[in-house]
Amino acid sequence: MGLHVEKRQLVAPGEIVAEGGYFAGENVYRENDKIFASRLGLLEVVGNRVHVVPIKGCYIPYIGDPVIGRIDDVGMSGWSVDINAPYPALLPASETFGHRQPFPKADLTKMFDVGDLVLAKVIAFDRTRDPLITVKGPELGKATSGRIVKISPTKIPRLIGRKGSMISTLKKQTGCQIMVGQNGIVLVSGKSPEGERVAVSAIYMIEREAHTRGLTDRIQEMIRKELGGEEFVSGKAP
Amino acid sequence: MFQEKRPERLIDLNGSRLDGRKLDQLRQIKLEVGVLDKANGSAYVEQGKNRILVAVYGPREAHPKHIALPDRAVVRCRYHMAPFSTEERKSPAPSRREMELSKVIREALEPAILSENYPRTTIDIFIEVLQSDGGSRCAAINGASLALADAGIPMKSLVSACAVGKIEGQIALDLSDLEDKYGEADMPIALMTSFNKITLVQMDGSLTLEEFAKAVDMAVDSCNQIHEMQKTALKGEYLMIKEEVEEKEGSEGAGE
Amino acid sequence: MSSTPQRSPMARIEQRSIVDMISHGKRIDGRSLTDYRDLKIEVGIIEKANGSAQVFLGKTKVMVGVKVETGDPFPDTPNEGILTVNAELVPLASPSFEAGPPDENSIELARVVDRGVRESKAIDLEQLCVEPSKKVFVVFVDIYVLDHDGNLIDASAIASLAALLNARMSNYEIKDGEVIFRPGYRPLPIKNRPITVTLAKIGNSLVVDPCLEEEQVMSARLTAAIDESGRVCAMQKGGVEGLTIEELKAAVQIISKKANVIREKISEAAR
Repeated sequence: MGLHVEKRQLVAPGEIVAEGGYFAGENVYRENDKIFASRLGLLEVVGNRVHVVPIKGCYIPYIGDPVIGRIDDVGMSGWSVDINAPYPALLPASETFGHRQPFPKADLTKMFDVGDLVLAKVIAFDRTRDPLITVKGPELGKATSGRIVKISPTKIPRLIGRKGSMISTLKKQTGCQIMVGQNGIVLVSGKSPEGERVAVSAIYMIEREAHTRGLTDRIQEMIRKELGGEEFVSGKAP
Repeated sequence: MFQEKRPERLIDLNGSRLDGRKLDQLRQIKLEVGVLDKANGSAYVEQGKNRILVAVYGPREAHPKHIALPDRAVVRCRYHMAPFSTEERKSPAPSRREMELSKVIREALEPAILSENYPRTTIDIFIEVLQSDGGSRCAAINGASLALADAGIPMKSLVSACAVGKIEGQIALDLSDLEDKYGEADMPIALMTSFNKITLVQMDGSLTLEEFAKAVDMAVDSCNQIHEMQKTALKGEYLMIKEEVEEKEGSEGAGE
Repeated sequence: MSSTPQRSPMARIEQRSIVDMISHGKRIDGRSLTDYRDLKIEVGIIEKANGSAQVFLGKTKVMVGVKVETGDPFPDTPNEGILTVNAELVPLASPSFEAGPPDENSIELARVVDRGVRESKAIDLEQLCVEPSKKVFVVFVDIYVLDHDGNLIDASAIASLAALLNARMSNYEIKDGEVIFRPGYRPLPIKNRPITVTLAKIGNSLVVDPCLEEEQVMSARLTAAIDESGRVCAMQKGGVEGLTIEELKAAVQIISKKANVIREKISEAAR
């Protein structure tokens, strides 16, 4: 009875993780009295709920998620956007600012054209239709510069950190603006190419070591070694 | 390139087979996960002389759209052999055998995949046999389970597979190419190990009911052995990263 | 029928930063304009094939298997063995590859690699004749792309040459027009080692060994095969834009220099 596996242990699909009085959360499933892992990842237990934090996986949209996407196509009344999910997202023209109805296609192309990068938010999604996104909102809209980093969406929570601790450390220490999409796309924009380069390295390092302890310290250490000093602002000597 | 001669005996007086194995011994198996860059999940399997690469893409948008199902993912599977994988060069065009194997392998894996989680998408499994040596469909299934897990596709269970056959009147595990060719029966079996459910069984040859029962038990036993190897392979890379990191911390004297 | 390809799935700002960096002499992975990515060559991994090689060029992975069998000669070359090169862009290797018969890209790939081997007379096909007009040896070179991160042509050509150098055929003698195999092995009759180098035109610069993102941004591509004596023996231009005459000449100069470096690496690996 009880837990078959210790907390924060790596479990494989089909492994039995708990039995008896436990509830099944994400990435586990229940069969009769037993709970099994359905994905490779770390077992977490909160009270009597067990779930698995997966190592890898695709992005499934959730309402309210900030996402970064690329315009794929311009349609009659909106744009089709690739948000790195198994479903293409739709950005209706009505979800942008300053538009008059009806929407002439030429206007749409002027606003966002194929290949443009947009910072958006998911406003609708369910099993029967493709996700809907909006660019109405502060800090949303077309991105005009920066480097794009693509990591596994399952690592985004680790990149953000508890109450945003990891991502603020990164921003401060590298002097870069970093926009994080829940869909695994990250936009890094800094005044200095060095800062950008180190920020990108740090993001990949977090992705690789997300399942280990003491990561925040190691990241801070790494950035300090590369850029020197507590806050890296271009122009200041290391 | 040489003419192949039928070996005089498949089992010698000590009960050893041509490659030195006992009747109930598996060939050496090597499993590697995450070997390809572009695929969402991948695995590489060596079993005997089999060299098999498996990639998984998905869940991804269905192309063409009309094949999509409204309430679950469509699982597609392609088993394909490289022209240089067999003694005689094989044409790259899909053969009837490859088409049949694509189907039975898909049916072996599908019950384990929680495809209801991803309606209107496809999950694609591509198997490439770079060198074939008997039992390739089982090795392919073992690799495909790993590739699916590596891609983060939710599964009820891993699927493990193994073949059992009969050579010179004796039940033998994991037949090689030669043994399959000159033996009396071959039966590949795949097992959804967490539930002991058989998702693939094929057989050709001739077995008595008793021999059949014995063979099934032997196969299921091996499938469970292989299951342990699969779990080790899956966790391996991440445990290694964990160790690496802990070693570095230890040597620098930093605490947790 | 050949049609204009789909536009590449890359955000405009990414494309711009690649072009910008290159105009300043740097590439996204830190290489110089004329550097190859890390190159690793393994030979002999497929025992059932007469010869085999696997090439890791950056993240691109290509495997080549060589099989030698007997067959009928072509009527116009009754004294020569046959070389046939085939390439498979299997769906395993890239989200953009589909299952099915070879498309124009895989056929072009096979024919460009073939051209380099054939025009440099790398294999002495006359030595592969068993009985004129009746029977010859056929050398099958099968290119299998396993992971597409750009520059499949060079990776395939390197793997093909390494596999041919690695290949062994059974010793044989000819008796009454039949092939009788004898114990032992011999290498294939290789007389030349052509090396294929591909450049991409990005902005106004030419870069060696484009990775996948660079291929998605390039306006044109030039491949040339150089043989051991430094002669150009095959060439192929690809892409939807043009090259200036100066660019073409400059490209061939660059290619000529890089070929020797690559040839060394292959000879090392295939030893």
